[in-house]
Amino acid sequence: MDLYITIFYIFAFITLAGACAVVFSRNIVRSAFALLFAFFGVAGIYIFLLADFIAITQLLIYVGGILVLILFGVMLTSKQIRVDVKTGTVQVLPAIVLVAAFAGTMVGIFWSTDWHGIPVTAAAVDKTAPQIGELLLTQYLLPFEIASVILLVALIGAAMIARREKKS
Amino acid sequence: MNTQEFIAWLQHPGLTHFLILSGLLFSLGLFAILTRRNAIMVLMGIELILNAANINFVAFSRYVTGTLDGHVVAIFVIILAACEAAIALAIVLNIYQNFNTVNVDEINELKN
Repeated sequence: MDLYITIFYIFAFITLAGACAVVFSRNIVRSAFALLFAFFGVAGIYIFLLADFIAITQLLIYVGGILVLILFGVMLTSKQIRVDVKTGTVQVLPAIVLVAAFAGTMVGIFWSTDWHGIPVTAAAVDKTAPQIGELLLTQYLLPFEIASVILLVALIGAAMIARREKKS
Repeated sequence: MNTQEFIAWLQHPGLTHFLILSGLLFSLGLFAILTRRNAIMVLMGIELILNAANINFVAFSRYVTGTLDGHVVAIFVIILAACEAAIALAIVLNIYQNFNTVNVDEINELKN
């Protein structure tokens, strides 16, 4: 049980430290790489929540897909000649006040609310993948099909938008 | 709550721990969206916020409902995040071709 707690806090620390590095780093390439640790930590948190399939999906899609996409975006839009990978910030002080108030409110609500939770045993949600597959093909069939169409539309749309030539 | 109770609370990770973690992650993402000038940094903030929402879905699925509905919603969120990242980066690349910058405060015209 002690090891469990330690690993939980290690993953929570990786997540929050990665997110802090993303937010506060001045160098956008460092931010993109710190995002890797944030996503990885979130995947570990999913494992603590007994969501093995979501954790694998997180690693495959976020770390393997979205992060690579973001890195491509960073490389393609950084000014190569002037090596200007630093990014500026605006409205830091109002944003700090607003975000601090928001975070305080959220944490306060989470802290003070009594969530009438039922403790689930580990055996009850063993092997989530078959159950998720069954849910996707029965109860959530329509959203599942719509998601497939949305993926196709996003693929075609992204290719169309990105390949449009500059008229000059 | 005194210090001893707080330490005891820290030693039993439960729903509240995951919710507070996701709340902090959400706040960091919000901070990135509000302060960064680079459009790709704004996009990273959005991804952090989506991750925070996903942690909430899975945590409630684990500790409150006991069913896997939260997992399915989390999968849909991940699918939409992938779509959103692809489209947003295509738009950002297009903006970079037209304006030669991706700072969101310098992009202030829609046509010409």
